[in-house]
Formats: sequence, C-alpha cells, structure tokens
Amino acid sequence: MSNDVFVITEHMDGKFSDVSFELVGKAKELAKAWGGQAVAVVVGSGIASNVFASDSTIHIDDAALSHFNPEAYGKVVEALVKERSPRLVMFGWTVTGMDMAAWLSARLGVACAAYVKNIGADLTMSCAAYGGKLTAEVAPEGGMAIAACLAGSFPVEAGQGSTAAVTMASPVDLNSLKMKFVEATKPAGGDVDITSQTKLVSIGRGIGGKENMELAEELAQKLGAVVSASRPVVDAGWLPRTRQVGKSGLKVKPKLYLMLGISGAPEHLEGMQSAELIIAVNTDKKAPIFNVAHYGATADLFEVAEAMVELL
Amino acid sequence: MNIVVAIKHIPSIADDLPVKGNNVDFDSVDFVLNEWDEHSIEQAVLIKEAVGGTVTVIGVDLIGELDNALHLALAKGADKVAKITADDPAADSHTQAKWLAEAVKGMGADMVFAGVQASNDIDGQIGAMIAAYLDMPYIGGTSAIEVSGSAATVSKEFPGGVGMKYSITLPFVAGVQSAPKPPRYAPVSKVRQMAQTATVEKIAPTGEASSGLAFKKMAPPVATGHAEMIEGSSKEVAAKIVELLKSKGLA
Ligand SMILES: Cc1cc2nc3c(=O)[nH]c(=O)nc-3n(C[C@H](O)[C@H](O)[C@H](O)COP(=O)(O)OP(=O)(O)OC[C@H]3O[C@@H](n4cnc5c(N)ncnc54)[C@H](O)[C@@H]3O)c2cc1C
Ligand SMILES: Cc1cc2nc3c(=O)[nH]c(=O)nc-3n(C[C@H](O)[C@H](O)[C@H](O)COP(=O)(O)OP(=O)(O)OC[C@H]3O[C@@H](n4cnc5c(N)ncnc54)[C@H](O)[C@@H]3O)c2cc1C
Repeated sequence: MSNDVFVITEHMDGKFSDVSFELVGKAKELAKAWGGQAVAVVVGSGIASNVFASDSTIHIDDAALSHFNPEAYGKVVEALVKERSPRLVMFGWTVTGMDMAAWLSARLGVACAAYVKNIGADLTMSCAAYGGKLTAEVAPEGGMAIAACLAGSFPVEAGQGSTAAVTMASPVDLNSLKMKFVEATKPAGGDVDITSQTKLVSIGRGIGGKENMELAEELAQKLGAVVSASRPVVDAGWLPRTRQVGKSGLKVKPKLYLMLGISGAPEHLEGMQSAELIIAVNTDKKAPIFNVAHYGATADLFEVAEAMVELL
Repeated sequence: MNIVVAIKHIPSIADDLPVKGNNVDFDSVDFVLNEWDEHSIEQAVLIKEAVGGTVTVIGVDLIGELDNALHLALAKGADKVAKITADDPAADSHTQAKWLAEAVKGMGADMVFAGVQASNDIDGQIGAMIAAYLDMPYIGGTSAIEVSGSAATVSKEFPGGVGMKYSITLPFVAGVQSAPKPPRYAPVSKVRQMAQTATVEKIAPTGEASSGLAFKKMAPPVATGHAEMIEGSSKEVAAKIVELLKSKGLA
C-alpha cells in the first residue's frame, strides 16, 4: 500500500463537476500529511484534464469510456486501484460514484464509508447517516479505505489548478462489456427556470398531497416567488421534474429559500445550502434542516402558510 | 423473467433515533421498509406485467418483524417472498449483501433489484455489493427498466433532469431510484389476506462479509450553526416571518 490518495473524478459534456475539485483539495491535504501524492483519476475520452491542483493526474482514455458506463468505469478503476494500491480512494457520493464505491469495496474487500462529510488524518470518517439525523464516525480496520463523499463537503478552490495529465490506455479489455451506452436524454424545456429565481417557496413531503399544492402556489404568488420542491414531491407527480432541488435535481442559490415540510436530507442540502436566506418550517424539532437554515420554526406548515397568505 | 427484489428493513428516520454505545439503540426504534424498496418492487411488478415472469421479494429479517413488509410486497404483486432469519439488528450492508447474494445464487435470477440506497448505508449500498458478490454488472439510480429478450434497456438519472440509456445483457443488478410510475397502493384488506394465506420462505444466513469499519461514535450532528428559532403560535410565526422578509426587502 502506498500513501497516495486517489480521487475518481467525474465529468459531463467535458466539464468536471464541483465535487471532483472538492475531493482533490481534500486529497492534497491528506496526502501531504501521509507523505504521499494526491492523484486525480480521469476516466473518459479526449477530456481536457489539466484542471486539477493534484500532485499528478492520470487520464485513462478510450473511446468506449466517452460516456459514463458503470461496468466499464468500475472495471477500469478496479484495475488501477489494484495496481497502485493507494491508501485512500475518494469518490463523490453522486449518481456515478454510488455505482462504483460500494461495488469496489466488495470486489476488493476494502472498507468503504458512504455519506462522508469529513476525513481526519487518522482516516476517521464522519458520515451523515439516517437522513442527516445522526453522524457516524467510522474508521477502517485495515490500512486501505474507500470514501464516498457528499458534494459540498470541502471547498472547491483548493482542488483547482493546472497539473498536466498523463494519458494512459485502458488497463482492462473494454470489448466484451455487458452494458452499452445507448443515448442521453435532456430535460424537456418550457417550464420556469428555478435556478434563476430570486425567491423560492420549496415544498416537501410534509405537504401531504397534490390537493395542498394550491396553498403553496398561493403563498408563492403573494411573495413573488416560484414553487420548487424536494424529490418525493416530484416523484409523486405533484410538480414537474424541472422544479426539483438537490442532488438529482437542480442547484439553486436564491435570495430567499422558504422551506415548508422538508426534512433536510443530505441529497436535498446539496442543492440549496448556499441560498442567501433559508427559512424552514417543520413540525419535527429535530429535523436536520434546522442545522442548516438561518431561521426556523417548529410549526405546522399549513397553519403558517395560510396565515402568511392572509398577511401578505 | 425471473426477478428478485432485495429489500432492506431500516430504522425509521421519522422518529427520534436514540443512540446506545456507538450505534443506534435498535431496541427503541421502529423498523420500516427502505423508501426506495417500494420503487424497486413496483419496477419489478411492472416488468412482470409487461413480459411475464416471477417476482421474488427477499430481505434479511433483522428483528423478527419483516413479515409485514413481505405481505405488503405480495399485496403489491410479488409472487413469492423469503426472509433470511438473522435476528441481528446491527448487520451492516456488507453482511446483508453477502447473505442476500448467497440466497439469490440458487434462484436463477435474470435481474436483481434493490433500492438505490438506504439511510443507514454507512458502509455502502447493498445493491452494488450484491452485484460484486454475484459477479454481475451493477447500475444504480435507475428510473425505468424495460426488458426485451435477453437484454434490458435501462434509464439512469443524472442531475438536472438528464437521463442516460443503457442496453444491458441479462443478468444484472439494478439500484432502483424510482419506478416509471409512483408505487401502487395495496388495500389493507389485501395485505391482511396475504398475511393469512401466504407462506414466507425461511432461509438461514450463509456466507460472511464485513464492512471492515469500526464504529467509533454515533451522535446527532455537531451543528456548525443552528437556525435562529422563531417561537410562538403558527400565526405569530407567520407574522414574524413576514416581518423578517419585509425588513430584508423580500416581501
Ligand atoms: C441518489 C439520490 C438522489 C436524490 N436526489 C434528491 C434531490 O435531488 N432532491 C431531494 O430533495 N431529494 C433527493 N433525494 C431524496 C432524499 O434522500 C430524501 O428522501 C428527500 O430529500 C426527502 O424529502 P422531504 O424532506 O420532502 O421528505 P421527508 O424526509 O419525508 O420529510 C418531510 C418533512 O416534513 C415534515 N412535516 C410533515 N408534516 C408537516 C407539517 N404539517 N408541517 C410542517 N412540517 C411537516 C416532517 O417532519 C419531515 O421533516 C435523493 C435520493 C437519492 C437516493
Ligand atoms: C410510502 C408508504 C407506502 C405505503 N404503502 C402502503 C400500502 O400500499 N398498503 C398498506 O396497507 N399500507 C401502506 N403503507 C402503510 C404502512 O405499511 C403502515 O406502516 C402499515 O400499514 C402498518 O402501520 P403500523 O403503524 O401498524 O406499523 P409500523 O410500525 O409503521 O410498521 C409495521 C410494519 O409495516 C411495514 N412498513 C412500514 N412502513 C412501510 C413502508 N413504507 N413500506 C412497506 N412496509 C412498511 C414494516 O415492515 C413494519 O414491520 C405505506 C406507508 C408508507 C410510508
């Protein structure tokens, strides 16, 4: 085992996501403490990879890797990790990282922590478990570990740089894959763009049913705001996908984010924690959102919303 | 089409989560079905309705209360149910995945579905690990799975409404984010009927795996900040919020 830290970066349409830079920044700090290198790993095809502040960057380049493919990417990362044996492999706990981190852990018999918010130099990892209601501190029993980290846990800037990438061919055969990329689909346009709004009234599962959405709309209208939502509201079909805030939705940064009946799961926080003013109304005084909101009230959303409509 | 759905019974996050030692106090929490398992059951039943086949739902019975969830699955359209009798509320994802993989091995599954994640997946999700233990490919975050012949077309969600479609040769494991339709509701009468008539196959846990993680501490998050709480009746709260917004030029 080396003292290196590998960061499995992620990209779409040639652009790296913020979480990749966040992880590289943290990897540098850990590698420095351990006397190893922070290595950015780019799996893809023809990507400009000299954008990280890593000690080195490896770009595995193959046409078969031009789109994310869990099977292909997983096998490439597995081969690389086996060969180089880093002390820590970091993924984002994202739609791509989630396809590989636990899989790699079981393949290699290496400990894996998910929902990671922070990592100490002794490899103690803090994880946002149980929807963010509890923090688990865990440490690998062996020397090596895999950490799947929540987006937004570390600063982006520390990972930005211009380290030249070393391009390498795939270490595994990519001709006999069982999984093949077919096509990408883009979201349907036409709805309001919640990312450009200054005020959002955001609704969670606490709203209870589609019939109650009218109240949210009415309040939003009075405030000159637009209604956005957590994922369950969208999954239930009460609002279109274009209104979803969070990990698998959109990232928003409005001047006002008024939250009604949203618990504050890590996946939701990823999309809104940098809003300028966050106000949360929730009946559960222990809802994790109160650790993030600027103002909060333990109250019934219907009563508060109705009273606000009357006052505005 | 032979589809196995692996479900996870987890402590309910709607409740308080008391801590005992370095973990949740499993004796004082309610266990519920992982939210995303509802979607994986729905996805499996939709495929069965489209192309025929059998849906088997299997889970690790951690506290001897899984039957309810299994009866519910039958009422929603599953054909068979099985439980791995473990009585170990602290069994981690690696352990559960290993037991499930061993149990699934003999079932001739064309597809294995699991929920994309569970809130107690501190050591990772079981779907991805079942795939690794069965040496099958894994794809998570799925929003639609359609089967035709010996392959499936799988839609995977990416942020901001982007989707990617993959063609996957069977067998494989999927971590289901959502079924193409909201999970159906089973009438209580049907759940009760299943509870009276259904047989739940019992399977002893076999195989060993470990998360390789030592739990050092479990506690509510140390808040770097906490919301300034607005006290009072709902009317007073509303008035104070409106006042606050006005003072900031936001209302
Ligand atoms: C891969 C992946 C991606 C995801 N992406 C996203 C994403 O992009 N966005 C997202 O939001 N989620 C996402 N999720 C889901 C996320 O994990 C949570 O399930 C979700 O955020 C919870 O939404 P919620 O807060 O509305 O519901 P819950 O967690 O069920 O919370 C509802 C809240 O309402 C409160 N409440 C109930 N009744 C009332 C009332 N009358 N008045 C006031 N409060 C009330 C309750 O106390 C509770 O806190 C994702 C999950 C996965 C696995
Ligand atoms: C999202 C969701 C969907 C539901 N769908 C149905 C349905 O289709 N038909 C129906 O009769 N009831 C449904 N329920 C109700 C739920 O199953 C009730 O918890 C159950 O009827 C028993 O309630 P209880 O308070 O007596 O016991 P609880 O202590 O709440 O739970 C008893 C048992 O019910 C099972 N259970 C709890 N919550 C769920 C859940 N979300 N999904 C599956 N199993 C669960 C658990 O295995 C538990 O052992 C749903 C609940 C939720 C949150």
